[in-house]
Amino acid sequence: MRVKTFEKHTLKKWSGRDCVWLALMVAPFAILFLIVTVIPVLASIVLSFFQYDMINPPQFIGLDNYFRMFISDQVFLIALQNTLKLAVITGPIGFLLSFVLAWMINDLSPASRTALSFLFYSPALMGNVYFIWQVLFSGDAYGYANSLLMSMNLISEPIQWFYDERYAMTLVIIVQLWMSMGVSFLANISGLQNVDTTLYEAGAIDGIRNRWAELWYITLPSMKGILLFSAVMQIQTSFSISAIATTLTGFPSVNYSTHTIVTHLSDIATTRFEMGYGAALSVFLFLLMAAARILIRKVLDALGR
Amino acid sequence: MKKAKPRYKRFTRSRLGNFLFFTILILAGLYTILPLIYSIVTSFKPLDELLAFPPKFYVTRPTLKNYSILPELLSDLDVPFARYVFNTLFLSVVISALHVIVASMSAFVMCQVRNKWTGLLFALVQFALLYNATTLAVPQYYIFSKLNIIDTYWAYILPMLPSTMGVFLIKQYMDGAIPEALIEAARIDGAGVLRIFWQVVMPLVKPAWMTLTLFIFRDSWALQPGGTIFSESLKTLPNILSQITSSGIARSGSAMAATVLLMIPPVLIYFVTQSNVMETMSSAGIKE
Repeated sequence: MRVKTFEKHTLKKWSGRDCVWLALMVAPFAILFLIVTVIPVLASIVLSFFQYDMINPPQFIGLDNYFRMFISDQVFLIALQNTLKLAVITGPIGFLLSFVLAWMINDLSPASRTALSFLFYSPALMGNVYFIWQVLFSGDAYGYANSLLMSMNLISEPIQWFYDERYAMTLVIIVQLWMSMGVSFLANISGLQNVDTTLYEAGAIDGIRNRWAELWYITLPSMKGILLFSAVMQIQTSFSISAIATTLTGFPSVNYSTHTIVTHLSDIATTRFEMGYGAALSVFLFLLMAAARILIRKVLDALGR
Repeated sequence: MKKAKPRYKRFTRSRLGNFLFFTILILAGLYTILPLIYSIVTSFKPLDELLAFPPKFYVTRPTLKNYSILPELLSDLDVPFARYVFNTLFLSVVISALHVIVASMSAFVMCQVRNKWTGLLFALVQFALLYNATTLAVPQYYIFSKLNIIDTYWAYILPMLPSTMGVFLIKQYMDGAIPEALIEAARIDGAGVLRIFWQVVMPLVKPAWMTLTLFIFRDSWALQPGGTIFSESLKTLPNILSQITSSGIARSGSAMAATVLLMIPPVLIYFVTQSNVMETMSSAGIKE
């Protein structure tokens, strides 16, 4: 990302005493950010070129950790496929859903807009209540989905939803999308409310004749910043799905059907203590996310053309 | 920030458009809310209805038993139940308060002082929005063990304080909400930095930090011990909840009762902060 160059005048205006206070005010965040994020990121990058098991001293092995991912680690390749599948499905759908629903409720009266915003945001608001789905799709005949299908004579035996390779992934996607109307959804509602209405008036005069044209030529271009923020949030969540999958489908899931890079990473690092390889995995994941962000930036630039 | 309702007539939908519009809204609404309603309904089911076959969505003879047996269910734990309640309440309050203060202070500096250091810091903040904390667990563990805070409250608190979303939101909001002239005027009146921050800036950006309070409270309320907490006495409510939920169908009523109780605080905070959130989030755009 480009570092913005600001005009330098503001700093000079503050007296020496004020500058000390300003420095003290930014210090807690800066120091904690360094400890919790910046140093760990840099450490991961360095560590990814080493073999390190927390007992023996780290040993430099060059790019071997990265070769290992694609040459000898079969489980990683499954995890990569699953991560990409989850990201490609839940990312764009979650992104679209949180925009389209926000756009739809934008035209409603304030009261129904408030009510529906709460409705859509509620799964994300409640945090870790996604295990409710475990009860709905429970593997025995008491499970809601099973008993419904059995009463309709579509199946004769209960399905082990979360432990069956054929369904596990789909269910994780359904639950992930269920929770995807989060911060970006709120940002979209708020952004739509604050689009300059004079733009719409001007657009109507300039010959915009329907909602779709209005959306494409006015609404979307004026929400570019919000859409990028919302996309970043979606990339972050959809590439790092792991907790939902392990809670619902177990760890490790049957035939690694919902094993993702993050799941693999925590397995490698916290149960096998292969710190160097774990670090390489997290660097690789970050590169994937950064690539997705660049791609989305390109797509958003095309809006309203 | 608030804008008047549009005075011109909006484009109307065709009849088919209207039908599709409401069908999609209703389907999406059912998708998001049914599982939650199911958990609330189930929490009021008596045992025989929990075990009824085929299972019914609704409850015919609602009871509070699932709620009233919760204390008993939780009484044979190694650590008194009150300890888990305390941990979650304590952590939520401390983390929310510290996070909001830390984030607002640094956002204020980044907003007022534009030099290459604050510019770099804010660029890093935007960059880190993309990075998921779980991937940093390994080096974090290492650093925390050097700081000697493994298995203490600090291992919960520290990673939550510099979460980048907070700084990002407040900084973006401050950029649009604080007129340069106001700060000038306060300084001419002889107000120091701290005073300007507390008495001029913070009241002005209240919507932003109320929004932040919602997000950080939600996260800290759901906080579960990761790889840095081992003592049972330091574990949290959501953690103990998962122990009840894994004990089978006969306990599912109580599991849902506990879930419903845990849902209440975030919902209350959402309703308190809701209008602030709607005002703040429009400034969340990433400008490049």
